[in-house]
Amino acid sequence: MLDGFLALYIFMLAAFTGYEIIARVPVILHTPLMSGSNFIHGIVLVGAMIALGHARTPFEMCIGFVGVLLGAGNAAGGYVVTERMLEMFKTSKPGKDSGGAK
Amino acid sequence: MAWVQTLIDACYFLAALLFILGLKRMSSPRTARDGIVWAGFGMLLAVIATLFLPDMENRGLIIGAVLIGVAAAWWSGRRVAMTAMPQMVALYNGMGGGAAAAIGASELISHVGGLAVANGVVAPNTYPLAPESWSPLHGIATVIAPLSPVALALGVLGALIGSVSFSGSLIAFAKLQGWMDRRFVFPGQRVVNMLVLAAAVVVGVMIATGHLSLPLIGAFFVLALLFGLLMTLPIGGADMPVVISLYNAFTGLAVAFEGYVLNNEAMIIAGMVVGAAGTLLTQLMAKAMNRSLGNVLFGSFGAASGAAAQEIGGSQKPIEAADAAVMMAYAERVVIVPGYGMAVAQAQHKVWEFAQLLLARGVKVKFAIHPVAGRMPGHMNVLLAEAGVPYDLIVDMEDINPEFPATDVALVIGANDVVNPLAKTDPSSPIYGMPILDVADAKQVIVVKRGKGTGFAGIENALFYADNARMLYGDGQAAAGQLVSQIKALDS
Repeated sequence: MLDGFLALYIFMLAAFTGYEIIARVPVILHTPLMSGSNFIHGIVLVGAMIALGHARTPFEMCIGFVGVLLGAGNAAGGYVVTERMLEMFKTSKPGKDSGGAK
Repeated sequence: MAWVQTLIDACYFLAALLFILGLKRMSSPRTARDGIVWAGFGMLLAVIATLFLPDMENRGLIIGAVLIGVAAAWWSGRRVAMTAMPQMVALYNGMGGGAAAAIGASELISHVGGLAVANGVVAPNTYPLAPESWSPLHGIATVIAPLSPVALALGVLGALIGSVSFSGSLIAFAKLQGWMDRRFVFPGQRVVNMLVLAAAVVVGVMIATGHLSLPLIGAFFVLALLFGLLMTLPIGGADMPVVISLYNAFTGLAVAFEGYVLNNEAMIIAGMVVGAAGTLLTQLMAKAMNRSLGNVLFGSFGAASGAAAQEIGGSQKPIEAADAAVMMAYAERVVIVPGYGMAVAQAQHKVWEFAQLLLARGVKVKFAIHPVAGRMPGHMNVLLAEAGVPYDLIVDMEDINPEFPATDVALVIGANDVVNPLAKTDPSSPIYGMPILDVADAKQVIVVKRGKGTGFAGIENALFYADNARMLYGDGQAAAGQLVSQIKALDS
């Protein structure tokens, strides 16, 4: 499914995508973005689930279980924290004139 | 059952797409809130799809672990105070790194027996680890496909990076939480760190070249975790956001590498996007603090510990809200310096109301924003804009600093380290070299502060002891409210 060069292409294009998305970001969003990208690598949960799903010995199951716990914590915690941070960016008074902000 | 696999692959594809679109939306203030929701949907989709993978066992265990992890993190993330956000990001990031390391560990361990047999006969183009039922060659579920050399190497590398991110992030968390002494340094620290890293790399290379045994794998993880620990210990609190961002990028890379081992494209794409975005973000944050990444990791924070901290003379002199209000009401120029404390107290609306009263009296009011005001770079601009402060009253550090000598009153509200003169005068200070707002140059400084404690970086602030500084103790919201009512009392 994924031979060497195909994977390399995916790595390259994904890295380029990540770089481009962030490249022109205003300073005000640095911290929420850090938290948001922290949530996105919570996809590690999927990998941990697969690892636990393939575990055979009790020892492997222990490691897999801990991995899923940690991955779930990453995903859920990352989501909650990011959402709470971005809530601050909600304009509380829509349509409010913000002076010379143009 | 082929359609199940197709459906699952489609879910992973959709998840990767939603992650990228979500991150894209998060990079603009207008759409940022949808962004996280989009990414959240992607995650939900990927997790549910994974449960239906055909060759999964231990489903009960998996669901149990997911539920426990989600519940614990959700609960802690909901109830934590906004002030504690940076360490929570560190903690969750560390968990991700730990999960990536756990994946690496379980993959390596499950191949301890298998690789010895397959060693040497693995063709370069073998699928990394084709889950048995996907591949026509492996009809029996107990046969483990050998890892290709590339998958093995990436698996080891991902485990190394993930472990470093795990232990490093936990130290960052402990430091920001105030559980640990701020800096931990000993002579020859850098040499020891390098030796530990070198040892971890050597053992890692041994494993990656086929010496797969439990003791080696154990030693590898101990060394990797130890390195993350040692690397983070000497770094001080003020630099932590940059370090956390770096570990965030690390975890992304680790996830991408383990994704290759598991043959999971969603993990590769999401991890790699975060790895690249996180690296760039780290550089941008370091630049905003006027420090290079190397400087943060190996710089003055560790080296300066030998020198004794500068003695601060004098005492903190309190002021009443009434006096402070009068002082500013009859001033010509007032500069307001908001910090994270103001954001925590949600005082920005009151502060703007106060500034409007001053403006109505003909006082020239400006807001001065430090690039890293409130440990969330740029957070302040948004809060002020939201409160209705006109754009042209908000001034950046470079533009406002020359104006402080001509300023009658500088009102510091909830800011601490970004106005600390020690950053200029005390080479032994952890924040030495950080550009600051020169509020001490103003004729009078009024500092609104909750108590006498030190700031985020855990350093005394010489400003509070300066002759021209007066302390207005109290919660930001309450203090601003008092100032407003005192000004109104003047007018009536």
